[in-house]
Amino acid sequence: MATSAPALRTSVSTPAWARWANDHRKWLFAGPAMAFVAVLIVFPVAWTVYLSLTDAEGSVRAEKELTGAANYLDVLADTSRFWPAVLRTVEFTGIALFFEVVLGMCIALLLWRPFRGEKWVRVAILLPLVATPVAVGMMWRLILDPNIGFANQVLGWVGIPPQPWLAGEGSALVTTAFIDVWQWTPMVVLILLAGLTALPEEPHEAALVDGTTGWQRFRFITLPMLMPTVVVAILLRGIDAIKTFDILYATKGKGGGSFHEVETLNVYAYGLSFDYNEYGVASAVLILFFLIIIGSMWALTARRREELS
Amino acid sequence: MSRRRSSFTTFRVAALVVVVVVLLAPLVWMLLASFKSNVDIYDSSKAVFFSPTLDNYTKVLAQANYGRFILNSFWVAFASTTLSLLLGVPAAYAMSRFTMNRSALVVLMARVIPGVSLLVPWYYVFSNLRMVGGYTVLILSHMFVALPLVVYIMMGYFDGLPLELEESAMVDGLTPIGAFRLITLPLSVPGIATAGILAFIFSWNNFMFALVLSDAHTKTLPVAIFNFVGYASIDWGGLMAAATVVTLPIMVIALFTQKYIVSGLTAGATKG
Repeated sequence: MATSAPALRTSVSTPAWARWANDHRKWLFAGPAMAFVAVLIVFPVAWTVYLSLTDAEGSVRAEKELTGAANYLDVLADTSRFWPAVLRTVEFTGIALFFEVVLGMCIALLLWRPFRGEKWVRVAILLPLVATPVAVGMMWRLILDPNIGFANQVLGWVGIPPQPWLAGEGSALVTTAFIDVWQWTPMVVLILLAGLTALPEEPHEAALVDGTTGWQRFRFITLPMLMPTVVVAILLRGIDAIKTFDILYATKGKGGGSFHEVETLNVYAYGLSFDYNEYGVASAVLILFFLIIIGSMWALTARRREELS
Repeated sequence: MSRRRSSFTTFRVAALVVVVVVLLAPLVWMLLASFKSNVDIYDSSKAVFFSPTLDNYTKVLAQANYGRFILNSFWVAFASTTLSLLLGVPAAYAMSRFTMNRSALVVLMARVIPGVSLLVPWYYVFSNLRMVGGYTVLILSHMFVALPLVVYIMMGYFDGLPLELEESAMVDGLTPIGAFRLITLPLSVPGIATAGILAFIFSWNNFMFALVLSDAHTKTLPVAIFNFVGYASIDWGGLMAAATVVTLPIMVIALFTQKYIVSGLTAGATKG
């Protein structure tokens, strides 16, 4: 009785439009965001697919013709720019991800148990993470400058000859990958730390009673339990690392440097679009790039999906 | 046992000191260089001890017209964050309560799509509408970063709020929208703060969209930094001052909202 009376009163006193709004609240709430996504994301992606099948180039208002798969065939046969860019993307992402996950795991384990001064270490971890990537690129450009940089000065103190860093044809890509490691390892630390804190204590304590070593407890208890979080960290970081642009553009400029030393797929697609106005070819590169990203995500989560099904 | 324990503590302290130094030293170096004259930057004997000058900052703020770029960055980040919250919070609520997994997937795909693939069509359309270079296009483009972030964080947040609160409010006579407005929304303030702060930071830091879609008057700080990089030489002092001007506001915000940033960045990480 007490529960039905107020409900009755509302249904009488609410105006028709309000009742309509409540009945359709699912799409009333989700609709505007979905419309935004449709207009500004789904439609552009569809257009990119269309552009990749045309000879669009030059001015954005120029006439264009459908050329079918021609752009894709050209791109896939291009061993001077496209395939080296694929290799560089794989190398950059691989190096960055590997060190970010390994170092991230080590640092997360160091921070796991509470200690004095924890607050200050957490601040230090947060700062690189929120720093503007372009500014980070410029900062490292000064530190790693072969002539005036602090990095070579430090190497000099311990008797190591100066390195070319970003200026070297072979070393530039690895150097930029390590700038990425500096900025984004903290992100992996935070994710793994959240995972570690959520782990149950009992298995760990039981293993302690059984007289296991620290390494054994990590290898056979902590790591297997933490694995889902590690996969999430790899996924989140991998998606961003493979698309890195700001650091590469800030340190090496257009086209990934004069010899395209750091020209990854993203940098290549950007250059094709806005330095050469080759919109058709650029779109084909972007679609292939997108397929590579989706493919690697799919491969990475394959085992997990198997476990779930 | 106790000796092993203390040697581990020593190792742990040493390792943590190394981590902190490696993470902070480059930022300190940037800050130091921003107070050096270009002559001192080229002089390795003046690495730490030099006579500080504010010339770089006066140059950045006066000559290079950074006041305007700071306002641009702030306005674009603020507007895109606000609009993303207005669109994203109700959408995340609907997606969480009605388990609209497919719709959510479409929004979250935006995290995977390379930004360049959107820039080309945007540039096509907006240059035909003669809107390239305007604030509207910049704000819309930055929402591409901010909106999926808001939806992602808020969906996780709403999933964690018990349904019973809304149900009992409706039993007491509130409409479903009323229950959302008067019960759920006030309870979601920490989640909204997290989403808003992160959306603001990512929008502020965004470079690629403004690089293409802004003009000399609307450019944001990350693009404006390149004013100090010439073809022949780099004005290192000015560049480091400009880099500091971009990063410092965001770092100050981060220091005061640390808790929210960490919870936002790790959202969904432990659900597996």
